[in-house]
Amino acid sequence: MSTPKTVDQTSLHAFVDGELDETARAEVEAWLAGHPEDAARVGAYRGQNAGLHGLFDAVLDEPVPERLRHAAIARPARAPWPAWARIAAAVVLLFAGGLSGWGLRDFQAGNDGVAKSFVEHAVGAHLVYASEVRHPVEVAADEEAHLVAWLSKRLGQPLRAPSLLAAGYRLVGGRLLPEDGRPAAQLMYENTAGNRLTVYVRAGRKGSDTAFRFVSEHGVSAFYWIDLPFSCALVGPVPREDLLPIARAVYEQLDKEPW
Amino acid sequence: MSPSDPRPDMAAQIPHLRRYARALRRDPEAADDLVQDCLERALSRLHLFRPDSNLKTWLFTILHNLHVNDARRRGRRPDDIPMSESIEARAATHGGPGETLKIRDLGRALDQLAEDQREVLLLVGLEGLSYKAAAEVLGVPVGTVMSRLSRGRDRLRGLMEGGDTPALRRVK
Repeated sequence: MSTPKTVDQTSLHAFVDGELDETARAEVEAWLAGHPEDAARVGAYRGQNAGLHGLFDAVLDEPVPERLRHAAIARPARAPWPAWARIAAAVVLLFAGGLSGWGLRDFQAGNDGVAKSFVEHAVGAHLVYASEVRHPVEVAADEEAHLVAWLSKRLGQPLRAPSLLAAGYRLVGGRLLPEDGRPAAQLMYENTAGNRLTVYVRAGRKGSDTAFRFVSEHGVSAFYWIDLPFSCALVGPVPREDLLPIARAVYEQLDKEPW
Repeated sequence: MSPSDPRPDMAAQIPHLRRYARALRRDPEAADDLVQDCLERALSRLHLFRPDSNLKTWLFTILHNLHVNDARRRGRRPDDIPMSESIEARAATHGGPGETLKIRDLGRALDQLAEDQREVLLLVGLEGLSYKAAAEVLGVPVGTVMSRLSRGRDRLRGLMEGGDTPALRRVK
């Protein structure tokens, strides 16, 4: 049997909390056998955990109050079946697959005309500006506060630039664009490989909201939705499965309450 | 309800949310209010829940955020009910007289901890969350969870064994 390795305080906690693998656990056990002070510590920590259970476990056996049971099942009264639910459902469908090759031309009645025109603008703006080397944006990300304040003012809605850093894309900047005589904004993002995504946004129109939609054309993919307060399209030369989580991140951050 | 609807699983988490809220808030009514807010919030944000992530962690994160917001609005301490009051009543139903004394002391000692240490201790020691999950709930790095846990446990131990922390006694 070899001499036990020195065990630090952090490992003692990790030992108590079951955070160690088998080898590390055995090392701590060997250490404790020869170090009664640390063994007493471990005993005390375990005693504390047991004490906490003694104090509060009785709550687990109490019947759950009706108001809580209800709260976990019912939608709160203040939120009627909203656009996000349709969007969430559509996301599930898109996840499930079977909708590949869904093109711009497939849209038919009602809001589809609005949606089609919207995403065409978004894709067009992407194709024009994302390939631009010297002037991809009007206002660069180092002036993000100014950019956001300016675009918010022009769109008539408080906008913020979604952070896509988690997906590896940093904000390059943005520009103002015309869409049928109304202001729209394009935010551009870039990853270290130089791939660019654009988020195309304009103020939403009441009553014309749609679910989450996907289109692939001209070598780029786009997820888009017509909603309040913003209609938005995320466009990039990225396969659908890679674009979807980013689209969700954009949607979450454009939505009113971040959580 | 879609096939991936997490609501049934959500209901299963209620007892755990209640236990944690009770430990944080002490007052049963206030604790259940917190849980109710949490469930309503979770339902209204169901679209933000990723099917591949952990429901328990997500719910505890929402509860933690609501608790912090509430506590901030009311000042540092979440409630003014002394821990010992609700504890003594409960402790009387668990174990013999010696046991009762110990548990009451733990309740009092817990009351002395800084809020951030107390939360970590409860999430890990009572709710059995992994360090990683606790870090997610609290929105801090795993290293911070570990250092708060270590400081919290040592302070708790000092309080229960000597009425003060060993560090403070050494200063004298």
